Amino acid sequence: MKVLLSGNEAIARGAYEAGVRVAAAYPGTPSTEILETIVQYKDINAEWSVNEKVALEVALGAAIAGVRAMACMKHVGVNVAADPLMTASYTGITAGLVIVTADDPDMHSSQNEQDNRHYARFAKVPMLEPADSQEAKDFVKLAFEISERFDTPVFIRTTTRISHAKSIVEFAEPEHRELPHTIKPQFEKYVMLPRNARLRHPQVEERLKKLAAFADEFDRNELILQETDIGIIASGTCYQYAREAFPTKSFLKIAMAYPLPIKKIKYFAGLVDRLYVFEELDPFYEEQIKAMGIAVTGKDVFPVCGEFSPITAQNGIVGSRTHKPDVPSLPALPPRPPNMCPGCPHRGVFYILKQMKVFVSGDIGCYTLGGLPPLNAMHTCICMGASVSGALGIDKALGPNGLGKAVAVIGDSTFLHSGITGLLDIAYNKGTCTVIILDNRTTAMTGRQEHPGTGFTLQGQPTKQLNLPSLCAALGIDHVRVVNPYNLAEVAAALREEIERPEPSVIISQAPCVLHRREYNPPGTPFTVNASACIGCMACLQLGCPALVWHPAEKSGTASINSALCTGCTLCAQICKKEAIQAEA
Amino acid sequence: MQDTKTTNILMAGVGGQGVILASEIVAEAMLRAGYDVKKSEVHGMAQRGGSVTSHLRFGTKVYSPIIPDGEVDILFSFELLETLRYVHMLGAHPLIIVNNQKILPPSVIMGKDHYPDNIPDLLSQYCARVHLVSALDIARSAGNPKALNVAFVGALSRHIDIPESIWHDAIAAALPPKIVDLNIKAFTLARQNQ
Ligand code: SF4
Ligand code: SF4
Repeated sequence: MKVLLSGNEAIARGAYEAGVRVAAAYPGTPSTEILETIVQYKDINAEWSVNEKVALEVALGAAIAGVRAMACMKHVGVNVAADPLMTASYTGITAGLVIVTADDPDMHSSQNEQDNRHYARFAKVPMLEPADSQEAKDFVKLAFEISERFDTPVFIRTTTRISHAKSIVEFAEPEHRELPHTIKPQFEKYVMLPRNARLRHPQVEERLKKLAAFADEFDRNELILQETDIGIIASGTCYQYAREAFPTKSFLKIAMAYPLPIKKIKYFAGLVDRLYVFEELDPFYEEQIKAMGIAVTGKDVFPVCGEFSPITAQNGIVGSRTHKPDVPSLPALPPRPPNMCPGCPHRGVFYILKQMKVFVSGDIGCYTLGGLPPLNAMHTCICMGASVSGALGIDKALGPNGLGKAVAVIGDSTFLHSGITGLLDIAYNKGTCTVIILDNRTTAMTGRQEHPGTGFTLQGQPTKQLNLPSLCAALGIDHVRVVNPYNLAEVAAALREEIERPEPSVIISQAPCVLHRREYNPPGTPFTVNASACIGCMACLQLGCPALVWHPAEKSGTASINSALCTGCTLCAQICKKEAIQAEA
Repeated sequence: MQDTKTTNILMAGVGGQGVILASEIVAEAMLRAGYDVKKSEVHGMAQRGGSVTSHLRFGTKVYSPIIPDGEVDILFSFELLETLRYVHMLGAHPLIIVNNQKILPPSVIMGKDHYPDNIPDLLSQYCARVHLVSALDIARSAGNPKALNVAFVGALSRHIDIPESIWHDAIAAALPPKIVDLNIKAFTLARQNQ
């Protein structure tokens, strides 16, 4: 059967065909759909883990127990999972272990564009890099074979244009694998006490040598010999770009990003007149190829930052292209940045934070958009959980002078991922911070996934639900309160009281994401502006709700509401001093 | 520079208009018609009500999942202003199909920026063939404004030479059974229009 699949869907299918039994992930663009697709295969025990470190440890445990297992994450997720990764490289596995890292060049939905090929070298584990969805599926199966043959975790690295691009995939039958009945201790292999780890490390070095030899035999590292005036080394989507730009030239298509096929590279270099390495982000191949003593052109002509396209290959190799639409210049185009949804429960909290002029130590989620105009109420965004511990740092830096000047804002899913430890640190180290947990009952940004606070599993089955206020209390926070974010006065009063208090506190802003199918009950009636009562003060517009529209006029203007978008959340009506905004009759 | 048989359709619009679903339908139709197909878009933060694009390519063999600048054959745009954002990507003999709908971006809503006037006129300076489609009206007359995206695909289908039954199958494959008939009605109305 031939179907169109995204790279993520193809990886899920590959896991199924490879007989994977356990799959774990934390949602993160562009990797999220792998687990969302895997859930349809009932033989795979799949879970949303609390974070990527946990996901990798769950998968590693399963692989030690003797079933094929996979952990999936976005590039920055590997930072979180780096701790088990580095030692899993030493222990190796009993049955195959594959880690998917989905990188995001150009940061379509990320805070940095780190190149995770470095992790393969850092951890001394092999990495495969598919160039389309068919390869994404096939490489998962190959990765498991390599994992078991060489006793190592194996990375699959995608980028956004592999994960979220669809191309044609042909299905195969799933592999039947015997399941283990028991687990036997292997002390030297799995207990990384110094004496055992010292024995394992030379084996890792030995394994790397064998993998390097394998890379040279591996037929997916493919030589495409055509015209030899130009030869291009590339992998993943970069191979597709370069192949499209130079369909008649010669290629060495790298399928195994680490370790590199040294003999093949030397052979290829000897055949072509001019050798290029075309790779997004860091000169990862280039530096290694140069270290082999081979002259190659790379980052001298191709950029380090951002995403490539066929044009990048063209520009770097033969100079700028011919076709440019010969047209008059355009008027200035108003930008259309992403924005929180109409009726989003976060909006009112940011509105109040802006009014209070506090410094907002922020985090990763839909609510990061609270940093954009007109709300402008987020002042840091670093990584999952940094809002909470960062607020403690601010607290320590400013001392008593800082009281009431800064707060932390973090989402429910982010808090459970990496905020708990920071909050514990605040309580333990006598911080006075106020942490606002925006509890919208889901992992909204990545498309609304379950987490321990929602009370449902990846499969949608009811499970033990975490009690957020009790958790905060157990961590040592004496002042925990839940507020309704659609009541601005309540939010403002709670915030004022808590930030002035010289003790740590948590405010849980609780209301479901407006896209939450299970929990969100729309208030129903859209609101409307009475044009004769509106004095054109623009106060309501400071909410930045997409449903509010400004109509400029000769002297001033009036606001109106797009009733197709308005959820009737009442926020703008609470702000309007002239009571011009009311529910539609 | 590339296989001449590859056709490049750039779909543009605003989050919530159903751009991605429309591109799913077109990609599925081209797969069923026997072409190699690739399509690409971005998710996550980029999708929260901001500009949305989907790159769709088909031909005998497609390499890159994204369309190189200067090679868009059909700019298929769900919103007037969004069309202007991508005219620089048009190829040598392009076609623009644009849905006659304005969605104001935040800076215009706030009264800080001006929404460009006479966009269809501007577009015809860049492209000899500009088709303006009122997909929302067509969807309404088919029975539901939410069928806007499928109606708009109907307008596109006039320019792609594959049997109509393939389109119907692709629509049926992409949508829940309950709403298939209504959407095929909207599709057919738009396909026969103009
Ligand atoms: S998806 Fe939910 S949390 Fe995200 S902006 Fe929309 S309403 Fe807010
Ligand atoms: S009530 Fe006001 S703030 Fe709330 S969604 Fe409607 S227009 Fe936006």
